[in-house]
Amino acid sequence: MIKTDVLVIGAGPVGLFAVHQLGIIGLKAEVVDNLDKIGGQCIELYPDKPIYDIPGMPECTGESLTKNLLEQIKPFKTNFHLNERVQEISKEKEDWKITTSKNKIFFAKNIIIAGGVGSFEPRKFSLKNIEKFESHSVFYSVRDKNYFKDKKVCIFGGGDSALDWAIELSKISEVILVHRRNEFRGVEHSVQTVKQLEKEGKLKIKTPYQINSIEGDKKIDEITLKNEDGKIEKIQTDYVLGFYGLIMKLGPIAEWGLNLQKKTIPVNTENFQTNKKGIFAIGDICTYPGKLKLILSGFHEGALAARECFRISKPNETYKFEYTTTSKSVQERLGVKKSD
Amino acid sequence: MPKITYIEHNGKLHQIEVPNGLTVMEGAVQNNIPGIDADCGGSCACATCHVYVDEKWFDKLPKKENAEEDMLDMASEPNKFSRLSCQITVEDNLDGLVVKMPLKQG
Repeated sequence: MIKTDVLVIGAGPVGLFAVHQLGIIGLKAEVVDNLDKIGGQCIELYPDKPIYDIPGMPECTGESLTKNLLEQIKPFKTNFHLNERVQEISKEKEDWKITTSKNKIFFAKNIIIAGGVGSFEPRKFSLKNIEKFESHSVFYSVRDKNYFKDKKVCIFGGGDSALDWAIELSKISEVILVHRRNEFRGVEHSVQTVKQLEKEGKLKIKTPYQINSIEGDKKIDEITLKNEDGKIEKIQTDYVLGFYGLIMKLGPIAEWGLNLQKKTIPVNTENFQTNKKGIFAIGDICTYPGKLKLILSGFHEGALAARECFRISKPNETYKFEYTTTSKSVQERLGVKKSD
Repeated sequence: MPKITYIEHNGKLHQIEVPNGLTVMEGAVQNNIPGIDADCGGSCACATCHVYVDEKWFDKLPKKENAEEDMLDMASEPNKFSRLSCQITVEDNLDGLVVKMPLKQG
């Protein structure tokens, strides 16, 4: 059990800057994110794409912005709980009790949801009967490659994950790599390796094909592929792996009794509180009249939410507005105060 | 103003006037047409604004750039008429454009 002032959901730029705004006013935060790394959409969707509208930074990338924000919150020694999704929240006396997908429990007076468009999850095949195969024969990631040893594996996708696993599994399994077009978008070296392995007969490539159906009951009997002209082909395989990247799903947030408008959470623009006291929403996931889905708007939203968190966390103290340029207490928290 | 026809997967038709300069995605989102999610907000980074362009119209659109073709790999059930609607900018010559939405966006 971890007790903190604020639990921040989402380690994207907006969540990170909220940690900063909480930190300078003396509040402790813990951050939970379903991705395996810090940075949210900035890192997962566009790490190398340039961003031109962060104030004071004529140009940066998702990666450099994340790095700088992490540097900025370093003094607060924040704990990050990655690969973890917040599943449930409930009210326990004055605190929110928060339970994650790894059964970690937090108690906090405040929750700041900086969850973007939701948590990142693997994109799945859109076949109707796919669910009955998903726990044992159809996968979207590889936990233990030996599971596939000496088996037939059909891998779908054209990016680096698909290519890397085709290369790796071709050493121990019978691999067929299926992609919807002839070009692969993975790194050139992997594309060449896959083509070389095909020449050597160590794996098979089938393009331009897509999955059409999976037949079988408990396990896969066979699958069918379809090409652009609708031609159907049967393939014998034991397992199917799909690597179509990640998609954002609102997930359990929808079950917490918060008002929702489509996939966003309406907030009060004075403090970015939702319809529940002590639960805030900032960044892309919040909505209000005039809302802009910009990183800079999220920074502002976090700054205001942090002040309300203070009032809720420390009801007996008076919040005092201070500047980082002049406040000794803020500078102490930042570890930059020069000794007199 | 160019008129764009959006057809939901269940066949429901929406005819909307979309101002020049907006994307086909924005035309849908601003008019609350279901079936186009546009999670990333139009930065060609998520493939959740996937549409099937009507056969007659497909070749009249400006060609896909590589980034769009790459993202279409992630789309749900793409075919040869697939486009990301955030990458199609509405102009006078697209008056009458017809796009169909897939069963789901991911």
